[in-house]
Amino acid sequence: MYVAVKGGERAIDAAHDWLAEERRGDPEVPELSLAQIREQMSLAVNRVMAEGSLYDPELAALAIKQARGDLIEAIFLIRAYRTTLPRIGHSRAVDTGAMRCDRRVSATFKDAPGGQVLGPTFDYTHRLLDFKLAAEGAAPVARQAEPTEAPTPRITEFLNRDGLIQDEAHSDETPADMTRQPMEYPADRALRLQALTRGDEGFVLGMAYSTQRGYGRNHPFVGELRIGAVEVEMEISELGFDICIGEVTLTECETVNQFMGSKTEPAQFTRGYGLVFGQTERKAISMALVDRALRWEELGEENVGAPAQDEEFVLAHSDNIQATGFLEHIKLPHYVDFQSELELVRKMRREAEGSMKEAAE
Amino acid sequence: MNVTEVGTEARQRWMGLLARAPAARLAELFEAAVAAPAHAWLRMPETGGVMVRGRAGGTGAPFNMGEMTVTRCALRLETGEVGHGYVQGRDKTHAERAALVDALMQGPKAETLREAVIAPLAEAEAASRRERAAKAAATKVEFFTMVRGED
Repeated sequence: MYVAVKGGERAIDAAHDWLAEERRGDPEVPELSLAQIREQMSLAVNRVMAEGSLYDPELAALAIKQARGDLIEAIFLIRAYRTTLPRIGHSRAVDTGAMRCDRRVSATFKDAPGGQVLGPTFDYTHRLLDFKLAAEGAAPVARQAEPTEAPTPRITEFLNRDGLIQDEAHSDETPADMTRQPMEYPADRALRLQALTRGDEGFVLGMAYSTQRGYGRNHPFVGELRIGAVEVEMEISELGFDICIGEVTLTECETVNQFMGSKTEPAQFTRGYGLVFGQTERKAISMALVDRALRWEELGEENVGAPAQDEEFVLAHSDNIQATGFLEHIKLPHYVDFQSELELVRKMRREAEGSMKEAAE
Repeated sequence: MNVTEVGTEARQRWMGLLARAPAARLAELFEAAVAAPAHAWLRMPETGGVMVRGRAGGTGAPFNMGEMTVTRCALRLETGEVGHGYVQGRDKTHAERAALVDALMQGPKAETLREAVIAPLAEAEAASRRERAAKAAATKVEFFTMVRGED
């Protein structure tokens, strides 16, 4: 017998009212504005944009406020909003070579043309709590120096010029879009990169770390890491030409990985690639390592059975919204499911007891 | 280069500038420059997503990164010029002002708008980019070699 249960509306309303009150916290403490979150919690905003897969700092700030700082909940809100937006179109592929870099470092070439530019980094800080920040103070002012007009060419370009690194074949093929078609395996590299760039930072980091610890090792060097603004251009069909529709900050990581060669081809470095919305360095490096690990087949490597080489394992579990949805649904009422399990266990026990009695007689 | 080509390039420049401009600053400059002209909508302002693409390895095959919010509209002035607004974000009045400026830039008021709206926006953008580049330049590493007393 199936018994539908209704009820709980009053309790749910009260729970949501209390949630709103708790979200606000102590009313004696001034309320956060979206501008404060956008400006002072900018790396949280960046993560929500990257994994929410929607570049809009104001919306990400709103989501963080609404989610009480729970970033996965905030990402969920952004994903839900994103589905309500009509798709105007797609951009031209952004030219990260023309990025106006806030930061650009290479771990492979000390004297890279364009130089090593540290930017606003946590690197080389001592990771000691700064109690001065607990008090309000004057706004700090960054130093300035004469900017050079010289371009900052890609590090991999130098290697490629000498044929020392695997070439990245240029194409203008329309990439598959996992937000439009369900994922299919095997996925091509475009789909993998799309899934990784919006994947959960913790998961992608863990997968990348596993390759460093030996589960599908591929000896990465950070050939180049750059963070900065790029213009986004789009073809406007009613005008018949391209225009710039805005500007986004991106983090790009190119890794230079272990070389391979064969009887017919000389030894060559290979590449991994990470490109993520916002200043999201940990994620971009992780993405590059996992991208590289997933390329084992096209690069003629052995599948050693490492988790990071398993495309379906990585891509099907990298999305924190899918994961959290399925994981958290088990806390919602399953009364009927459980009732049937309970009946089944009781029946099995009765049968077992019956047969034991029979055996004893 | 023929006349249309020059026209297209200039238009691309101002449309891009209007797309990236802070909405409040554009509003200020526009209102100080001209009275908003009467117009008919060809496309009401609408907000949507544009899928931003990158390339594998920076230069290889394209892939979809994620979307950005964009608001667009199109309108026609009573004098016949058609203006298009494509701006970053979700501000419908920003898109409307961008389309009005785009339309007016094609008519007799072009010079006024160039001086009162386009030029100040371009200068402000260049100044803010220069300032960021200067801060980055201050964090550029200058290596020096330690002299080691081995000989």
